[in-house]
Amino acid sequence: MTNLTLLLGSMLYLAFLFGVAYWAERRSRTHRSVTNNPYVYSLSLAVYCTAWTYYGSVGRAASEGLEFMAIYIGPAITAPLWWVVLRKMIRICRAQRITSIADFISARYGKNRTLGVLVTVLCVGGLIPYISIQLKAISDSFGLLTGQTGLSGGGVFLRDKAFYITLALALFTILFGTRKLEATERHEGLVTAIAVESILKLIAFVAVGIFVTFGLFNGPGDIFRQAANVPALRQEFSTGPGHTTADWFWYCLLSSTAILFLPRQFQVAVVENSDERHVAKAVWLFPLYLLVINLFVIPIAFGGKLLLGQSQADADGYVLTLPLLHGQQALATLAYLGGFSAATSMIIVETIALSVMISNNVVMPVLVGRPRWYRWFGAVSSVFVINVRRMAILLLLLLAYGYYRAVSSHYSLVSVGTISFVAVSQFTPAMLGGLFWKPGARKGALVGMLIGISVWAYTLVMPTLVPLGWVPAHWLTVGPGGLGWLNPQALFGLTKLDPVAHAVFWSLTLNTLGYVWGSLGSPQSPLDRAQAVLFVDVFRLAKQGQEGPTVWNGQAKRSDLQGLLTSFFGADHARRGLDRYARRHKLTEDQSETDAGFVAYTERLLAGAIGTASARIAVAAVTKEDSIAPNQVIQILKESQALVSVNKQLQQLTRQLSEANEQLKTADRQKDDFVSTVTHEIRTPITAIRALIEIMHDSPELDRETQTHFLGTAIRETERLTRLINQVLDLERMESGRYLFVQTQLQLDDLITEALDSLKPLIAEKNLRLDLTLNCQLFTLLADRDRLMQVLVNVLANAVKFAPDMGGVVRVESGCGPGTCWVSITDNGPGIAEKYHGVIFEKFRQVQEAGPAEKTLSAWKPTGSGLGLAISKRIVELHGGTIQVLSRPAAGATFRIELPGNRLSD
Amino acid sequence: MPKVLIADDEPGILLSLEFLMKKEGHRVFIARDGREALALVEQEQPDVLVLDVMMPHLNGLELCRAVRANPVHQAVKIIFLSAKSKEADIRAGLEAGADAYLAKPFSTRDLVKRIADLLATE
Repeated sequence: MTNLTLLLGSMLYLAFLFGVAYWAERRSRTHRSVTNNPYVYSLSLAVYCTAWTYYGSVGRAASEGLEFMAIYIGPAITAPLWWVVLRKMIRICRAQRITSIADFISARYGKNRTLGVLVTVLCVGGLIPYISIQLKAISDSFGLLTGQTGLSGGGVFLRDKAFYITLALALFTILFGTRKLEATERHEGLVTAIAVESILKLIAFVAVGIFVTFGLFNGPGDIFRQAANVPALRQEFSTGPGHTTADWFWYCLLSSTAILFLPRQFQVAVVENSDERHVAKAVWLFPLYLLVINLFVIPIAFGGKLLLGQSQADADGYVLTLPLLHGQQALATLAYLGGFSAATSMIIVETIALSVMISNNVVMPVLVGRPRWYRWFGAVSSVFVINVRRMAILLLLLLAYGYYRAVSSHYSLVSVGTISFVAVSQFTPAMLGGLFWKPGARKGALVGMLIGISVWAYTLVMPTLVPLGWVPAHWLTVGPGGLGWLNPQALFGLTKLDPVAHAVFWSLTLNTLGYVWGSLGSPQSPLDRAQAVLFVDVFRLAKQGQEGPTVWNGQAKRSDLQGLLTSFFGADHARRGLDRYARRHKLTEDQSETDAGFVAYTERLLAGAIGTASARIAVAAVTKEDSIAPNQVIQILKESQALVSVNKQLQQLTRQLSEANEQLKTADRQKDDFVSTVTHEIRTPITAIRALIEIMHDSPELDRETQTHFLGTAIRETERLTRLINQVLDLERMESGRYLFVQTQLQLDDLITEALDSLKPLIAEKNLRLDLTLNCQLFTLLADRDRLMQVLVNVLANAVKFAPDMGGVVRVESGCGPGTCWVSITDNGPGIAEKYHGVIFEKFRQVQEAGPAEKTLSAWKPTGSGLGLAISKRIVELHGGTIQVLSRPAAGATFRIELPGNRLSD
Repeated sequence: MPKVLIADDEPGILLSLEFLMKKEGHRVFIARDGREALALVEQEQPDVLVLDVMMPHLNGLELCRAVRANPVHQAVKIIFLSAKSKEADIRAGLEAGADAYLAKPFSTRDLVKRIADLLATE
């Protein structure tokens, strides 16, 4: 295959990817997103599998056996934890509009600029080599396929294909990743293209695997049998010579942190995530992907060793050389495209993520704080930010290319990759602490990372400079200056681990110690503390439906903030953002002064575009912030933390209050009714008394008999008044609990007999029949005799009153059961409709309800005060008993009184 | 001799009013509830009705409206005597067609004068 064909083919492939991305973006704009599903999400996570996996694993397996697996086992076994860790990261980033890992750490620790810069520098420094080995892989595979190996063009980069591929990739990345400035740094097109590349590299690798296993050998059994016969390969059936369990542990730990904190992984897993529920599926889909893509690594490695062992072929290239040497041009091309996919997807996503970091965490914080910035770039801020990113992408790729030319060519894919992994793993203490440990502070993160980076550079990076002659070789054997404990690969005499595991152990241990020490040793700033709560409590705050505490105090003009947003997002976009806030918080247009919440909202919007620290600086430049005293912050935080319980208590209180209010209203209405009824009841006898007395006063001619009649009536009316007043007072005393009962041992039957005695004249007058069945002789109850008598007389008098004049019957029965006795009094009068069964026990209700149709109730009025049954009910209840009515219209009424008591024999 | 109908369910009030009206020289009819009163109105065509508001079977307001609804009784004078003395109660009474509304407890002298005035306007 010629250079040109392959170059054109590669470009065509990139163009195809661009088409895919374009299609996906268009669909997303019409709300038919292709990325909003867990499969595309899981496939995009497979950007983890780079040329390192595609070519490097085979190379590593050929020399070290199973060791390559550790990098995949780590993520696979820790994947279930993503539900806790990754989901929280996603949630926080969405709430805080965080778009990179540098921004995450910077935002968590008080929106600190220094941390953002540090993380960015570490990422760039750690990942340039990693990107460079992707270029190396592309270049090498290109060379293998076109039959030219080594650096092409005789060392002049202008004649090196890899240089042009680098430029093409830069152009492609710029087109993909830096189209416009958005408040959420999401690229659906890019994600779709990455997913497509993930599928392609999987298919290509598996195809080569099948070809080698079943085409060149008779299945895996055949390969392993033959390999077992070769002494050099036999030892690789174990975990590899010189490797300990500890090595495996540190490798797994390393890879499980890298999968979360590598900038490109952060980009696809967190920033590009469209629904945190996708994590649930990715937890098993992604490990499955890893399993499938690693299935044929050993067969290809052993197959290559067996078939090409004697030749000079580099084991990293087996995936290409095996098909090529067996005349499979098409398969080799597919394999090349698979490798090209693996490398380009990594390069594109990684450089985009890094460019966002560089623009948002390094460049913008410096610029947006300056007043001159707005004069020069105010209107074109967004274009400026985009251009910074474009420049960053180009620069990053050129740096990677330079590194590839200068250094990478001396190392295998895997060794360079692991160095990058260790660099990224230095974020672990600051990230995990930031997610789960509120005391984690800025100083801790800074100290921890600086220590970690130093150890990383000393133990891993420095040794790589030995072959270049930049560092004396004896440092690695006897230690610098002969100090053995300073040997970068055996610090403090730790010789049991392989160099990478050794570096992971020391850097992470010291980093963590530094982090904890620094956090506990320094007081958190107000902002630091607030951000800690926002991050650690993100789920709890979301459950409360609030955005969390806003630690901001000062003055801001709406127009200034709007101007700021406009300069980065354009007028339309800014307007929409503000309207959204106003709608959510029900604000009116004309408020020129704004509150802390609004300032925080503006800052968050801006943070999505230019990073947290920059946004804070930019907002600070247009507002007048007053300093916040630490105790004020503690107050704000306490308030927000206490909000959940306060909310609950408030709801409870509100409910109780509204219930109490309802009760009060009812009570008030009842009281009004009561007062007006009592007044009415008092007016009536007074009217009669007054009229009678006036007449007697004005009529001296009145005869003696009439006088006596009038006076007798007046006296009866005064008695009625007295009775009424006494009853009202009784009722009031009973209701307020101030009524004193005089309790004595009584027998119910005696009481009934006595009550009937007092009513005998009435019964005789109406000529009623009385049915008496008393069965409660041996039963005593503790009660107020007079009060109970009052109840019985009242209920019996009602029965007598309502029994018809002709053929009236009153039936009285008593009985007792365990701990209780009862009396029921029945008349054969007009009865009471069921809807009045409760009403009749209310004060004066018979008067209120009396209508022309309610014969029963209205008929009560002439003789009853309207308080009798109400008082009876109170008395019975105060004795711990009940009074009920059973009745239907025209079927008589039964009143049943039940009281607690004891059988005499008990 | 003017005919006066007194409708109330309070025996004490009936007793005093009956005496008072007779002393004034009116012919007096007594009703103990609204229905009885309406029957007497139709039967005796009284000149003045002295009505309680809260009465069994047919209350004073209903009775008043029933009487006014019949053109035959256009000229009859109606006075309410009621323990209900709120502004709204008084308005309701007058709107039902009454000529006067006296709150209980009222002065008998006042009542006598009102009735005399009402009869004089004829």
